[in-house]
Amino acid sequence: MLKHYALFILLSVISQRAFSQIDSTLFKRIPKTDSSKMNIDAVYNRPFLQVGRTPLGIGGYAELNTNYGVTDGISEGMSFQMRRMTLFLGGSLHPKIKFMSEIEFEDGTKEINIEFAAIDFQFDNIFNFRGGVVVNPIGAFNQNHDGPKWEFIDRPMSATELLPATFSNVGMGIYGKKYTKQWVFAYEAYLTNGFDDSIIDNDFSRTSLSAAKANRDRFEESSNGKPLLTGKVALRNRKVGELGLSYMGGVYNKFQDDGFILAPKRALKVLAIDFNSVLKKTKTAFTAEWAWINVDFPNNYAVQYGNTQNGGFLDIVQPVFKKPLMGFPNSTFYVSCRLDRVDWNTGKFTETSSKIYDETISIMPAISWRPITSTVVRLNYRHQKKWDLLGNPPANSGIIQFGLSSYF
Amino acid sequence: MNTRYKMKILFQYLFISGIGLLSTSCEKILPSSPEENEVLDGTIDALSTAETAKFLRGDVAFARVFTSTTGLGPLFVSNSCISCHAGDGKGHPSTSLVRFGQINETGNQFLNQGGPQLQHRAIVGFMPETIPSGATHSTFIAPANTGLGFLEAVSDADILALSDPEDKDHDGISGVPNWIELADFVKPKSNAISKNGKYIGRFGRKAGAYNLLNQTVNAYNQDMGVVSSFSARDTFSGENQDFEVSDNEIADLVLYLQTLKAPLQRNSTNQDIKDGKGLFIKSQCSSCHIPQMTTGPSSIAGINNKTFAAYTDLLMHDMGNGLDDNYTEGTAKTYEWRTTPLWGLGLSKDSQGGKMHLLHDGRAKSIDEAITLHGGEAANSRQRYLALTVNEKQLLIKFLESL
Repeated sequence: MLKHYALFILLSVISQRAFSQIDSTLFKRIPKTDSSKMNIDAVYNRPFLQVGRTPLGIGGYAELNTNYGVTDGISEGMSFQMRRMTLFLGGSLHPKIKFMSEIEFEDGTKEINIEFAAIDFQFDNIFNFRGGVVVNPIGAFNQNHDGPKWEFIDRPMSATELLPATFSNVGMGIYGKKYTKQWVFAYEAYLTNGFDDSIIDNDFSRTSLSAAKANRDRFEESSNGKPLLTGKVALRNRKVGELGLSYMGGVYNKFQDDGFILAPKRALKVLAIDFNSVLKKTKTAFTAEWAWINVDFPNNYAVQYGNTQNGGFLDIVQPVFKKPLMGFPNSTFYVSCRLDRVDWNTGKFTETSSKIYDETISIMPAISWRPITSTVVRLNYRHQKKWDLLGNPPANSGIIQFGLSSYF
Repeated sequence: MNTRYKMKILFQYLFISGIGLLSTSCEKILPSSPEENEVLDGTIDALSTAETAKFLRGDVAFARVFTSTTGLGPLFVSNSCISCHAGDGKGHPSTSLVRFGQINETGNQFLNQGGPQLQHRAIVGFMPETIPSGATHSTFIAPANTGLGFLEAVSDADILALSDPEDKDHDGISGVPNWIELADFVKPKSNAISKNGKYIGRFGRKAGAYNLLNQTVNAYNQDMGVVSSFSARDTFSGENQDFEVSDNEIADLVLYLQTLKAPLQRNSTNQDIKDGKGLFIKSQCSSCHIPQMTTGPSSIAGINNKTFAAYTDLLMHDMGNGLDDNYTEGTAKTYEWRTTPLWGLGLSKDSQGGKMHLLHDGRAKSIDEAITLHGGEAANSRQRYLALTVNEKQLLIKFLESL
């Protein structure tokens, strides 16, 4: 843990030696994407409606879709889903002090979460302080997850179930950016409350960082008193694209209680790499992310829980037809495809030395229409193969989805 | 790119996608069910609406994953039923279990040291069990679950009729029931036959469980460390604890096991398979792996007085020194094993990770190896098998793979 504190302090010192200008896009009605925008900016890079001349901005987005899936010939029929409605509320108390929040209602009101609620002190573009409920910046999707930004109704498995999407925690940290003519460098580092024993003791019957999302006590108290470090550095070449490298780690288990030592400290380490780029000539967009997870736990634990996992996704999005249509002057059609893979348990069986499976792969072609940039109508097909722990014949699924997502 | 060119690309994509989707069969777009005889799960015929609802609840119970907060452990072998019986089929060596401490019919001498079953895994903060010094043990791979309701409904009289303890027909095969003491919660059937207060066991590799309730309660308690009103003793502390699974959930699971369909033979009219069956009978494998049995009366219509082909006699047989682990249950000898039903054998690989793990501990990696490891009462049949030509052996194995 000392290493985490040292890294935190080091980043603080480095940031104070640099200079640049303040990001000032908060509360613009429609965000202008420019070559300096990165995943780190996603929290503010959203359309807001300003209330009169007040420094208050509101906004949000909604997602709804149909879902028809068949797994090995068995279907539950078609469902309509209101996956989420998210409200943004932000305010600028001073040019250098801002508040931003994101409250999400999932599946109606089945889940209501404060995903983000933080106060930012924007001292300098390279050194800013953030405290509150923050989204841990592991990978790119976790930071940049708004539905209307994506051509796919389902979020990537690797970014939702392997890495816990929209995993937020109470904590504080620093972030900043530095610009040159061709390059943009960004960093973030936070200390927050962390995970708990549920990641290796859950009814998914596999190591699951997402299982910790069910523990709402984490917003009140750390499960073990040890902060979780999440850090990310990213580099963007204005002509090529953005490359991010992120790390999340710390002690996850409850090793002591009321002064008694219960168990050895067990560590969790996550490393993720992400990349996005747009080919200038064809405007083909690529977004990719891959993550590796290592969880320490006793050797005599259930074989279903793996101590190493990995997975990732690749999205390819091609705008194919941009023309005024039905009163939308910038109407654009896209064709896209997502490849997604997760290996929940990368080890071998002790008894047979054979590979442990528990893997899922999927391919998802999509057609989408954006009448305006902040609204998308999507038609997706997903073909998925899911192997159990032993690698028995996979469950084959075909899922057809139609839906729309829009900022408001 | 101009607009016309982009439209061309869009329509080309739609056209190619459309052709692609049409040329790919609907089966691949929306995957169809596998043939019923290619999978082990599914119900017997003629379930009532109430039985179907109970079956579905039992299916959920079968897949339920226990955690430390919902009752798992502290000591356990695995955390759900399905983890040991993937697809309702045979288990994998990674989820096999170990029993120890009994070498003859005087009972288990290590009950106060964790016997009869080793819980070799533990929730965080607890140490798993180890085999006590001096205890012999045997490793058991999980059997398939299919067709168990039929086996349960066979009358004791029919099983005894197949028994020939003194080998009066001089075929070298005796076959005896495993007489076991019943746990308090197990009620014998109305037509049950007892001997010195003991009853015929029929489930498990050593036939150590009387019926599916007995087997299910033991699995909750010994495999997962989950206590119930039927078996409230915690395997770690040895003390009675609050129940962690309800009577209703256990009843649902028992009905689920009772009403899982019998595995269906594939290509039974194929001449090779018919010939293979002939060689199976000629080699006298069928003396123990009896092709047909009949159920007695059952409250479940689909099981009531039905003939079925499990290829077992539910009796214990001497399998020779090679398969003697020096561990037993009930009145069975350490070298005796209950005849394993052969139905579903050809689908074993689909639940065992693509490879076969046969015999009680999964030591045989093929049907051929399993046959050649047969000894004791099965030695003559093994010799007849070994004397077959290569082609004849292939036919016999093809028949077994069709089951």
